[in-house]
Amino acid sequence: MDAAAMVPIGMGLAAAGMAGAALGIGMIFSKMIEAVARQPEAEPTLAKYAWIGFALVETIALYALVIAFIIMGQG
Amino acid sequence: MDMSGPIQHFKVIVYQDIHLGMLDISISNSVVFIWIAVALVIISLRLMTLRPELIPRTGQLMAEILYGFVARQTRLNIHNEGEKFIPLMFTLFTFILACNLVGLIPGAFTPTSQLAVTGTLAVGIFLFATGLRFYRHGLGFFRAFVPAGIPKILLPLMIPIELISYLARPVTLALRLFANMTAGHMALGVLAVLGLAAPWFIQWLPLGFTIVQIALEIIIAFIQAYIFVVLSCVYIDDALVDH
Repeated sequence: MDAAAMVPIGMGLAAAGMAGAALGIGMIFSKMIEAVARQPEAEPTLAKYAWIGFALVETIALYALVIAFIIMGQG
Repeated sequence: MDMSGPIQHFKVIVYQDIHLGMLDISISNSVVFIWIAVALVIISLRLMTLRPELIPRTGQLMAEILYGFVARQTRLNIHNEGEKFIPLMFTLFTFILACNLVGLIPGAFTPTSQLAVTGTLAVGIFLFATGLRFYRHGLGFFRAFVPAGIPKILLPLMIPIELISYLARPVTLALRLFANMTAGHMALGVLAVLGLAAPWFIQWLPLGFTIVQIALEIIIAFIQAYIFVVLSCVYIDDALVDH
């Protein structure tokens, strides 16, 4: 297999890193819904932290994109 | 119809090539849109607070909410000396926010989608925090890398880890903002290209999703500016406290 053909494969494998972030985001919002169901009056505070956590976890998925870019530059 | 793909609009186009010795101060579309963002911030904040009243109207209220928000976060995160850093943090927040939002105008360029821009901001904050720590603690600077309350035997393992995590700060700070802005616009581009290439009876689906994506992008623009400022506050606070 030549190097040029391996580049898209590597970029696709980098996309697998999103699985972890999907797990994290799912966990954040499931806990968020659970917490709001238990204590509806705490929703504004919880929503703030949930969105910040969402952004931080989403960023982890985007590091996969950066790695994909680095691989793309190798080709 | 521009079908050149989702990466095309991140291309930096140099309008005017200017070199001062080794220094490259060429005027590109990135520079132009940074100017636009800065002008937007200055003009809108000036207009909002042009005639300050005791009972604020809509514009003044918006400016005061924005300022109050950043000031509260700064005081919360820099424990003893937050007041001093409010101007810096307010400037940082409004600059990043304006850069993020100006890119959402169709056809515009996002300055924060360039690693050079976010990297400069992050390295600036990092150097400032490091300098501040040297200024405050002198050679006590290095005590920060020795975590308290762990057995002596673990020190050869812990010190390199602490050192690496300290040096990784500007990298993660820059990459976070850059990757969020790039990926958001890329996803938007992919959706738009998909929508335009689809047959007419299904076009509403991807094009409808672009609206949702833009809404998410506006939220992300705010959250990323907020996270950048909060992390800068944490790093500066880390430099100020005694270890």
